[in-house]
Formats: sequence, C-alpha cells, structure tokens
Amino acid sequence: MILDMRSFWRTLDHGSLRDISLVCLADAIVGASFGAITVSGGLHPSVPITMSVLVFAGGAQFAAAGVVLAGGSPAAAVLAGLVLNARLLPYGFTVADAVGGRWWTRLLGAQLITDETVAFTLRQHERQRRRATFWACGLALFLCWNVAVVLGVLAGAVMRNTGDFGLDAAFPTVLLALVLPSLADRGTRHAALAGAVIAVAATPFLPAGLPVLLALAGLVLAGRPAATVADPDPVLEVR
Amino acid sequence: MPLLAIAALAAGTYAFRLAGPVFRHRMRIPDRVQRLLSVATAVLLTALVATAALTQGHGFAGWARPAGVLVGGVLAVRRAPFPVVVIAAAATTAVLRFSGVP
Repeated sequence: MILDMRSFWRTLDHGSLRDISLVCLADAIVGASFGAITVSGGLHPSVPITMSVLVFAGGAQFAAAGVVLAGGSPAAAVLAGLVLNARLLPYGFTVADAVGGRWWTRLLGAQLITDETVAFTLRQHERQRRRATFWACGLALFLCWNVAVVLGVLAGAVMRNTGDFGLDAAFPTVLLALVLPSLADRGTRHAALAGAVIAVAATPFLPAGLPVLLALAGLVLAGRPAATVADPDPVLEVR
Repeated sequence: MPLLAIAALAAGTYAFRLAGPVFRHRMRIPDRVQRLLSVATAVLLTALVATAALTQGHGFAGWARPAGVLVGGVLAVRRAPFPVVVIAAAATTAVLRFSGVP
C-alpha cells in the first residue's frame, strides 16, 4: 500500500472513521438505488456497473442515465455528465498533495476524487493525516459504491417497481444534502434557484438532459464574489 | 446507453480528476475560474434536484416523490445523519404511494 498500514490507521481518529462509515452507508443506499432504478428502467445490467467503476461520480451517473432513460440522446447524456464533473478539476488541485507524488498513486488516486473524499480531506491540516484520510475515504467509498450498485442491479432485476420503495426520492435527496451548505452563499443561492426554476419550466418542452444544462443561465445572477473575502476553499462551499 | 458514451464520460471525468495531481506544480486555476466552477456546480446540482424531484419524463412526477425529498431536505438542514436523511425520504415517498398518493 501507499503507507505502512498500521501507522495509516493510527493516523485516523475515531470521529473521522465514524463519519466516513456514515457517508459510505448513505452512498451505498444511493448506489443500490442507482443500480435498481437503471435496471428496472430497462438498461442492461452492464451499464450501471461499468459506469460506476469507470465514472465513479453519483451525480453524473444519475444525470447521464436519467437522460437516456427519459429518451434523450447519448450525446446529451455525456454532456450533462461532463458539465457536472467539471467541478472535479479544481478538486484535483485542492487535494493533489494528499494524493501523493508517485506516478502510480496519482493515476489511482485521481479516480478516488469525489465530493466526499475532498470534503473529508479538507478537514485535516497535517500532511500525513490528509493523505490517510484521502485514501481511507476514497478506497472505502469506491468499494461500498460499486458493491452497492451490483446489489442494486440484482435487486432491480427482481423488483417490479422501484417506485413502491420510494427509491426515486433517494437520489434528489442526496444531491440536496450535498448542495445545501453551498447555498448559504447569497449569490450562489440566487443563481441556483433561478437555474432550478428555468430547468423545471423547460422540462415539458426540451429533450431530456437539456433543461439541466439550460439552468446554467442562472449563473448570470451569481454576481461578483464577495469582494476578496479570502475566498474560502471553493470545494468546501460545494460539498 | 452505448458503451462508447460511457467511455467518453469516463475519459472526460478522469481527465478532470487527473489534471490537479499532475499539473499542480506547473499551473494553478485562477480564483475567478474556481469561483465560477463552484457556483456552476451548485447551479447544476440544484437544477438536478428540482427536476429529479418534480418531473418524470416531460410531466409532473406526482406529490409523493417531492414530499419525500422535502422531508429529507428538512432533516438535512437540521443536520440529521446522512443515512437517516436518505432513508426518511425514501420511506416517506413509499408510505405516501402505499396510501394512494401518486
């Protein structure tokens, strides 16, 4: 492994481990609902499974699969997913030191960069701890997410209607929980609400996938950043 | 969804992720761009929440789903643990549907 495993675990305190497991559990529920919803919606089981390993970004996966399930084009699905994942670019710079310096840790670690791993890593300030947190959280989430998706796929194959279990409410709820803290900023909130209204209003008229992209028009309301108030880590806002 | 589309999404996503760890010593992202990306993310996620909660295809999704999301949202604001938030939302929707709410 990247570090001696014993010192690795000792670096993480109980609180962090507990928080990481709670997020793993929540993401597992969402992963399972992703697998179940996509398969019962008519996609081949290989689609959610391949996507979860290769893309490993819940929001983009749901967005892309949602576009396809609603009858949109694959191109619109890819575009929606990529726009959503553009946020991973600044994330990568923020946690670069925790990912490590060797070429193979960079190649592997990059795939583990998500909202959750970045949020947890940012809580730590000491270098060794940042590393331990990044890798522990990233690996645990990768494992939980993909196992849960496979289980969800199996369940979805036998479930006649995932709606009976309210699974369709799980995804928007997780996104809402993730985005809530960033809405504390006034400019962001205005832009986000305007975008949401635009997207919902456009849904009856536009092909699936486009309304969400159209929401970006709300950005004009974002305004200027609050002077130079030491722009807090952008990633923390978005978590 | 064709494999090619999944591959394209995966490749683009991986490129976004890898840029930081590879180029952090050679370049940095301007603050304005960082701010723009973080607001854009919030805008997209919020739009995704709204459309996923309220719409199905080109129409209204019914009341059960947004009601569940609302319950989850209130719990999230009150800082309930993540799993509780998600389960409460799904359970609310399930119970409403079971009682005949569309």
